[in-house]
Amino acid sequence: MATHLVSVLNGLAMGSLLFAIALGLSLVFGMMDVLNLAHGAVYLVGAYVAVALVSDGAGVAAFVLAVLAAAAAGAVLGALLAALTRATTHHLDQALLTLGVALVVAEALSLAFGNDVHSIAAPEPVGGGVTVLGETYPVYRLLVIGFGVVLAVAVYVLVERSPLGSVIRATVADRAMVAALGINTGRVLVGVFAAGAALAAVGGVLAGPILGAQPGLDEKVLLLALVVVVIGGLGSVRGALLGAVLIGQVQALGTALLPEYASFLVFGAMALVLLLRPAGLLPARTGVHA
Amino acid sequence: MKAEAEAMRGDTGAPQDTTTSVLEPLRSGPGAYLPGRRRAVVAVAVVALLAAAPLVLSPYPVSAMTRMLAFAVLVIGVDLLTGVTGLPSLGQAAYFGVGAYTAVLVGVHITPDAMVQALAGLVMGLVAAAVTGWVAVRARGIVFLMLTLAIGESVHQVADTWSAVGGSNGLAGMPPISLFGGPSLLAAGFVYWWVLAVAALVFAAVALVVSSPYGRTLRGIRDNEARMRALGYRPALARYGVFCLAGAVAGVGGALWAQQARFVSPGDMGFEVAALALLSVVIGGAGSLWGPCLGAALVLFVRDSLSASIGGHGPLVLGAVFIAVVFLMPRGLAGLTGTRARLRNLTSARRRKENAS
Repeated sequence: MATHLVSVLNGLAMGSLLFAIALGLSLVFGMMDVLNLAHGAVYLVGAYVAVALVSDGAGVAAFVLAVLAAAAAGAVLGALLAALTRATTHHLDQALLTLGVALVVAEALSLAFGNDVHSIAAPEPVGGGVTVLGETYPVYRLLVIGFGVVLAVAVYVLVERSPLGSVIRATVADRAMVAALGINTGRVLVGVFAAGAALAAVGGVLAGPILGAQPGLDEKVLLLALVVVVIGGLGSVRGALLGAVLIGQVQALGTALLPEYASFLVFGAMALVLLLRPAGLLPARTGVHA
Repeated sequence: MKAEAEAMRGDTGAPQDTTTSVLEPLRSGPGAYLPGRRRAVVAVAVVALLAAAPLVLSPYPVSAMTRMLAFAVLVIGVDLLTGVTGLPSLGQAAYFGVGAYTAVLVGVHITPDAMVQALAGLVMGLVAAAVTGWVAVRARGIVFLMLTLAIGESVHQVADTWSAVGGSNGLAGMPPISLFGGPSLLAAGFVYWWVLAVAALVFAAVALVVSSPYGRTLRGIRDNEARMRALGYRPALARYGVFCLAGAVAGVGGALWAQQARFVSPGDMGFEVAALALLSVVIGGAGSLWGPCLGAALVLFVRDSLSASIGGHGPLVLGAVFIAVVFLMPRGLAGLTGTRARLRNLTSARRRKENAS
């Protein structure tokens, strides 16, 4: 039982990270119909920022600095991607542009940091473990779960309860109508794109002590984020949260209980959801068309 | 004339694919602007030229060209989906990988016969596409791209972790292929000829499909699905059919790829392969068949040959090419030639229309 509890906690930590990463992907998709294939690369930028700034035994200050630097780098990349994709209206072209950016960024990272697997230490004060129901569990992962909860609440308040959030939701639902009301939707789109990318990069830093940083990680993360978005429903914040928690659990419990079939399980979960609810579990209320 | 007018009217109803459909009337097949006989002569000349390559080139470039041909087969399948049917796919590498794994498993355990291996690759690619495709074909456009990417990457992950097929180490130890029970084909040139023959066959078969009534149905779906449904066609079924067909084509490509390399690893079916296949289609010009083949050769040349001379950073170049192609050549290589012929066609069509009224 206790070992399963550890898996559940692992799943929650993974779910928190996946939520941070998938949120931007989902919102950008819902708003602009842009599939940002560079999302995984942005995540990897964050992870390598952590590699550069957080040395072994570094304190909380270095880690916070890394988070801020990654957020800034992610926001810049996101704004760049938004500007690039707005230059063309064809959806396939937009996806290809982001794919090109993904290749360039991933290759630039491997140029700068080499192809080795880097591990990142959790900041010193929370590097240890704590006893949970008789099992030792890393404090850092509990903090990541806490971060996920805080993020979910913050995003809920921002998107569902603030004027800015209503503009964002309205832009997902009907961009032309929002523009007709005199709101600069272009600025909203760039802002959401940049914020989503910044979150993905922060996710890269926070995931550092759990997943490390290595070439190819961007694809894995992109795949998981895609599955989360597909399961949750395109353009839906609550869907992204539910999908992230589900996939986190499927991954963690799957790895613990059926290690041989863990990768089938994620695919199986996606196929099952698509079979029963083709639009995802919690599609955006307005029926985002794609 | 009627078909052209039809196509022009159909265009306005298809905001999704204006860049490909505006300039391509419904009746155009691959290279439709060349008269039939000239097209046949060009095709024979190209195949003859390709067949002569091993006689003058050393084994290394010949095996590089073999890989290009096998990759071109995959790219033809992607083009069938992306260009002809308007379903951009990032998941075809999965079926390519299924074909490659099948060929290696058949080669190791059953027979070195190249034909059996290629057929097995075809069947398994078809089956894999049929099993996973029904999820994807319900979607259109960018959602389809996303679903195929998710499916393709999932299959890749399975290959990467499943120890029965070697996990991340892949499968090695495939014996050299043979044909008709003959001796093993060890020389690079013989393998090349076999791959060239199959690739030419696949090209011809796909060209036949594209110019058949079914191919016209597919292009109709791409340009205006609502109208096709109103006319009594069943777009979902047609899309499912072409998805299975593209899977089979990719399976053959994978088998050929494995026969050349005599080794397969999960890297052969990853995201990069899928992305490069799509890039080849876009570079070559979606909807044309020869353009993407040229694109495939170009992309593999940059990745495998040029990459070594610039410190192994081919992906950097390819990423830049991606971005450049979108901005500079929206219709790909195929769009560069024949623009004048097309303009002439359009103006003459307009003139005829004016005369008629």
